Amino acid sequence: MPSVLASVSTFALEGVRSHRVTVEVDVRRGLPAFTLVGLPDRAVRESRERVRAAVQNSRLDFPMKRLTVNLAPAHVRKAGPGFDLAIAVGLLAASGQVPCESLVSTAVSGELSLSGELRGVRGTLAAAMGAREAGCERMLVAHENASEAALVEGLRVIGAGDLHEIAVLLRGEGEPEQASDAGAPAEDRAGELDLRDVRGQDDAKRALEIAAAGGHNLLMVGPPGVGKTMLARRLPGILPAPGLDEALEITQMHSAAGLGSGALMRERPFRAPHHTISAQGLVGGGGLPRPGEVTLAHRGVLFLDELAEFSRMALDALRQPLEEGRVHIMRGQRALEFPANPVLVAACNRCPCGRGSERCRCSQADRDRYLRRLSLPLLDRLDLVCEVRAVPPLELAGAGPQGPSSAAVRKRVMAARRRQTKRLEGTTALCNGDMDGRLTRRRVSVDGDAVARLIAARESANLSGRGHDRVLRVARTIADLGGRARVHARDVEEALTYRLDGWEQLAA
Amino acid sequence: MTRSAEACDTCLRRSRLLAHLAPRITGMLGRRVRAPGLLALSDHDLLAAAAGEQYEQLQERIGAFTAAAERRSLDEAGVVAVCGHSALYPVSLMELPDAPTTLFCVGRMDTLASLRDEPAVAVVGTRRPSPYGNEVAYGLGRGLGASGVTVVSGLALGIDATSHRGCLDGGGVPVAVLACGPERAYPLRHRTLHGRVAASGLVLSELPPGTGAHRWSFPARNRIMAGLARMTVVVEAADPSGSLITAEFARDLGRAVAAVPGRITASMAQGTNGLLRDGAVPVTGVSDVLDELFGVGVRPAPTAVAAPVGPDLRSVLEAVEAGCGVDEIGTRAGLAASDVRVALARLEAAGHIIRGGLGGWERRAV
Repeated sequence: MPSVLASVSTFALEGVRSHRVTVEVDVRRGLPAFTLVGLPDRAVRESRERVRAAVQNSRLDFPMKRLTVNLAPAHVRKAGPGFDLAIAVGLLAASGQVPCESLVSTAVSGELSLSGELRGVRGTLAAAMGAREAGCERMLVAHENASEAALVEGLRVIGAGDLHEIAVLLRGEGEPEQASDAGAPAEDRAGELDLRDVRGQDDAKRALEIAAAGGHNLLMVGPPGVGKTMLARRLPGILPAPGLDEALEITQMHSAAGLGSGALMRERPFRAPHHTISAQGLVGGGGLPRPGEVTLAHRGVLFLDELAEFSRMALDALRQPLEEGRVHIMRGQRALEFPANPVLVAACNRCPCGRGSERCRCSQADRDRYLRRLSLPLLDRLDLVCEVRAVPPLELAGAGPQGPSSAAVRKRVMAARRRQTKRLEGTTALCNGDMDGRLTRRRVSVDGDAVARLIAARESANLSGRGHDRVLRVARTIADLGGRARVHARDVEEALTYRLDGWEQLAA
Repeated sequence: MTRSAEACDTCLRRSRLLAHLAPRITGMLGRRVRAPGLLALSDHDLLAAAAGEQYEQLQERIGAFTAAAERRSLDEAGVVAVCGHSALYPVSLMELPDAPTTLFCVGRMDTLASLRDEPAVAVVGTRRPSPYGNEVAYGLGRGLGASGVTVVSGLALGIDATSHRGCLDGGGVPVAVLACGPERAYPLRHRTLHGRVAASGLVLSELPPGTGAHRWSFPARNRIMAGLARMTVVVEAADPSGSLITAEFARDLGRAVAAVPGRITASMAQGTNGLLRDGAVPVTGVSDVLDELFGVGVRPAPTAVAAPVGPDLRSVLEAVEAGCGVDEIGTRAGLAASDVRVALARLEAAGHIIRGGLGGWERRAV
């Protein structure tokens, strides 16, 4: 008797993307055996036992023959339980329990329990995107992953509860229930933190607005408890709401890290890793590379509180992603790329004790040592520095005018962003903060007085070349917020007060 | 005749003996830092008092002393020794009961002449100053330097170094008195400052080159600072502190003691406010020091170099002087945060304020 061969497509997560893995099943006469080849890791090899039990417990036949399963391409290491369903379906097809034709241009993905129940896996969105790119027309997934996979347009997604249901579906007996995405929640941002709730701090709010409008990285300096974290948490709320492409991207990152809720993420992420985080945790990596915090904060906000307490290695690792907007990771023969383009907000104290200047007992040496701990290459990527002080008690109690709401600020930010999009058309930069030195000098038009101010600052305030570009970028954003086509002297002056120059000497 | 011949053989021998005994004195004093009268003892008595069980060994070492070899090593180190028998020795030091026999100097020797002929002021204070203390010390150093008054201090961290820097920036003549050999930069991080002081003024010590700093040599150094200066100004000092020791020496010599008033709640103002309570001259600016030295109005303080401020910026400048942050400045001056920042940028460009590195502003000391 000739052997019967079946092949099934599934998509394995690699970083934040997926690649096609073809599961080939060969059933032939011989002593009963079940062999799995194609560089499976432990979890994949164990799937033999899960598949055997699941098939038998789903009122299906487990063929007592010689079974060989190959996971192609054979040179890539396979990891995780996501291959269970593909192996089981291949087995059913090869043993004639479901028709082989039913598997053409169909992708499957899911983990099996011993009872045959279908479980969700992480990275379904990336798998569905891979399936569509590979030309698949439909995809079978677990119920809990169905709405997430359905976010991908042009792919028929069918959610199932167990293996038996899948078998019935593939035989064409059941009525396939097509999943749809959970539906985009209405433009409801009521649950978000509002800038209006922060009393006083007009200066820091202005700095936040500039950071949001131009995508500039911001450093807040001040003693603990004055509201640095509170302010930073309100930054996502004044950034423009993500478009559909951005929302999909954000969802994809979270799904790949196993943090997705299944629904489309319509809010910008806010990630605030603790300062004990490792370099790998921050930028991603590991044997099976997972995205790090900087990737999870992609298109959102990465907040590093107590910047000086982070390990030097972790901070230095941030330099490349902040410069290029992506993380490159090499693993074996494969190079992975994680998108990583958040707005960075960092906070630190003035000195190690963190008390105000009046009660501080730190020596100059202590202060110097503290500043030296801040990574210089990282500081070099910060466009704005802003001092945050305690709000006077009277104002805190509610006296004084209430500031603008997040919605009002967001409106100004979006207007400024529209101007930038227009100006930066045809370049890789999305906002002023993304511009490199060349682009800054080409696309930013400055009026005569502003040029004079910049030259004077270069001489008197020993502004470096890079510092000059940074001031110009910030000045451009300030002008965008004010609706000015050219950068005026005023904009340059305001931008100069946010500069971070002179740290080289300070921390030397 | 070599330059180091400004000191006679006996005095050089005495200084070498002191250098040999320096570690012994530290051990002898234990936790105490001062030994009243010890440095006034004769060579023989000093050796007997401090040498202890190493008496014979040290006697042998000092017995091997030759003035010629000592002078050679001084020349090699670029150090000039001036003893009490030289005409260059500052007369004002003679009033000390335990005046140093020899001063080892690095720098411009004409400074000694101006120390002899002109009044000098010692500006001393804590090693851990507040921004306020730094600003005042810099301002005093700079103002006094610009008025041609020699500023004496100890090259220590904090107030000492800031007053040296101010004096240098004001074009004045700084004098640093060290607690170790004069060729050493102590603390090491002030090696650049050491060089600058030596280039424009003088670095001196009673200990010969090669001697390290000891616990007792700091108060001993303080007596030299007090002795050189007509007036001692304490900028910020805790209680007790080395700066108060300097003030005590100055008072014992009958010289003027002045202090800069500080916040009564600040620990670094305990010492200075205590001095004021005990009758020290309050210093609120360079002119107070100049009036005390030369008589009221005889020598006016140098005027500010910065351009005058327009009326719109004045309120902002005043708020910076009061130590306000951007928000508070805005409240005081009735400006939005962005307008305050523009005003700050203009004030900075005009040289009225400087940025404090981490995003704050300070009034530039005049």
